[in-house]
Amino acid sequence: MNKELVIDVRGITKRFGDKTVVNGVDISVQRGEIYGFLGPNGSGKTTFIRVLCGLLKADGGGGTCLGYDVLTQSDEIKLHVGYMTQKFSLYQDLSIEENLDFMARVYSMPGRRQVVDAALERLGLANRKEQLAGQLSGGWKQRLALAAALLHKPQLLLLDEPTAGVDPKARRDFWLEIHKLAQEGLTVLVSTHYMDEAEQCDRLAYLAYGNLMVNGTVAEVVANSGLHTYCVTGGDMQKLVSLLDGKYPGLQVVPFGIKLHVFSRDTALLERVAAEYAKDDWQWEKSEPALEDVFIELMNRAKDNYA
Amino acid sequence: MKTGSTVWQRFVAILSKEFIHMRRDRTTFAMMVGIPIIQLIIFGYAINSNPKYLPTAVVSADNGPLIRTLTTGMKNSPYFEFLPGRPTEAQAKRMLELGDVQFVLHVPEHFSRDLIRGDRPHLLLEADASDPTAMSNAFAAMNTLVTTVWQRDLQGGANMGDYVPSPVDLRIQAKYNPEALSQYNVVPGLLGVVLTMTLVMITGMAITREREHGTMEALLATPAKPIEVMIGKIVPYILVGYMQVSLILIMARLLFGVPFLGSVVLLLVSAFFFIIANLTMGILFSTLARTQLQAVQMTFFFFLPSLLLSGFMFPFRGMPQWAQYIGSCFPMTHFLRIVRGIMLKGNGIIETADHLWPILLFTLVVVALGSKLYRTTLD
Ligand SMILES: Nc1ncnc2c1ncn2[C@@H]1O[C@H](COP(=O)(O)OP(=O)(O)O)[C@@H](O)[C@H]1O
Ligand SMILES: [Mg+2]
Repeated sequence: MNKELVIDVRGITKRFGDKTVVNGVDISVQRGEIYGFLGPNGSGKTTFIRVLCGLLKADGGGGTCLGYDVLTQSDEIKLHVGYMTQKFSLYQDLSIEENLDFMARVYSMPGRRQVVDAALERLGLANRKEQLAGQLSGGWKQRLALAAALLHKPQLLLLDEPTAGVDPKARRDFWLEIHKLAQEGLTVLVSTHYMDEAEQCDRLAYLAYGNLMVNGTVAEVVANSGLHTYCVTGGDMQKLVSLLDGKYPGLQVVPFGIKLHVFSRDTALLERVAAEYAKDDWQWEKSEPALEDVFIELMNRAKDNYA
Repeated sequence: MKTGSTVWQRFVAILSKEFIHMRRDRTTFAMMVGIPIIQLIIFGYAINSNPKYLPTAVVSADNGPLIRTLTTGMKNSPYFEFLPGRPTEAQAKRMLELGDVQFVLHVPEHFSRDLIRGDRPHLLLEADASDPTAMSNAFAAMNTLVTTVWQRDLQGGANMGDYVPSPVDLRIQAKYNPEALSQYNVVPGLLGVVLTMTLVMITGMAITREREHGTMEALLATPAKPIEVMIGKIVPYILVGYMQVSLILIMARLLFGVPFLGSVVLLLVSAFFFIIANLTMGILFSTLARTQLQAVQMTFFFFLPSLLLSGFMFPFRGMPQWAQYIGSCFPMTHFLRIVRGIMLKGNGIIETADHLWPILLFTLVVVALGSKLYRTTLD
């Protein structure tokens, strides 16, 4: 038997006016999984997360979250979900301690004082608890927001671009924490733009213009992309980009540091181009498509289909 | 009960959070306390202003010594300053219209004779009352003057006993602004002004601030219900409203000796309805406003007509009919009448209830509108 499904929704649709922002999205997430949510800005990630925790009413579709109906039982869902919004959403004019205390009260936590003290201790902010939240640095704000979202011991954690604008060290620490929590059985749905974060997820979904383009493990997503990639090194990359970019329909060119990824679903086309430009110090080497190649190709395909 | 206590806990959570915001936000707090004080002092200064030597014309067919006794007494009061010459009735009317004189004293024919006979002749003091605060002292002086100024002339007269309280029938006719005769009208009005301005604005801002800062999203993702959020936010401002009411009433009493004839409890109860009316208006605005700035702009959109059409700035009966209709829609118009009635006339529950129901009606309409517009989700 499969592991228990914490999120199991089908056909979730949300419209604002006549604009369909989330269009028939099916997602299922197992307990203890870290589920990545990717997609360009405005693709409906935040909207989908809001529908999940009952902040928005879906216009179509349905399903369950933690076993509760997402359309009718949002009160129960809210009790067991920790939500870290895209924007820092604690009170800037309240101290660290007051923010946590407020959260503990709103969730009617028994033993409120101990819960708050324990959270402060774990955060390492016990000696700075009187500092106003607004005065914290980006990394600390993010840790505080995470602590606040975890205070009521939720079973599902929804993280909306939690590491945007946070330095690499804080980002790594944050992900270590996420892994630890998942190990303890917490389910995490996290939206992100970072490829290294996406690669750490057990499974991912890619959303573009409100449509679910693919989902699965990283390996599945790459394997199912149908992409073939060449990695080009040496020579004048600028020149190669200008020669290739936009000249061949279905062919994508993406710089990767000093390397260039050239990829397509059309093998014949790719081989032809590789043969033609195997000159001027450019070395062409077949490689595995990177996750980013897959997403870029998906985004371009989505643009052709939906935009 | 389990659910009851969690609801209560959430309410207390929001309430105490709101108090912390209030304490931290010095500017807003200063505004809530500062506006009543500043307005009271500014208007109070106007109340207290005690202009003297106001230009006065005398229209008289009688030029006897008793009239001279009166005008000398008035001159020494010292609120009146007489223009030379004796204008005709028509000339005096024109002077009053043009504002050349503040008062016209009309002395009827045979005034001296009737006065000596003890027939209590008429004496008419016409006043330009477009600036009522300017004249109240003059009126007061005139009222005492007529009972005392002829004391020596009439002393020993057989009918002295009949001259109580006054040997003449003094009539004061305030033109242009017959309603605003009392210098104390301003203070009760200020209650309405201050409550309308601060409460509508502050509730509007308190809610839009959460939306603007994105904290509303996190708040609504918790088990806290929108209605609990709303009530938790309103209650602190009810207290703020009462703090302002007390501040104004106490200062009005201490600084300017404004009388309070009616029941304080009745006033405080009526104020509750008025405060609620303003808070619901603030909430309605917050459902419409996307930003705090918009909430402030909407407040002024509501506040200015309230101020101008309620009878605070201009006498209500003096406004054109359409303006009176519009003015009647605003709770401040009715609250002004309630407060003036209770403080200055000693009105009771019956008279007060007359003006209470329009405020209630207003609140119901606003609540109905608000619940239509209020989003329990983020849509
Ligand atoms: N409350 C709203 N009203 C109207 N349009 C909205 C609202 N919220 C989001 N949108 C639109 O929906 C689209 C998806 O937004 P969002 O879910 O925030 O995307 P993402 O989080 O993937 O960047 C955007 O085009 C955005 O402008
Ligand atoms: Mg987003």
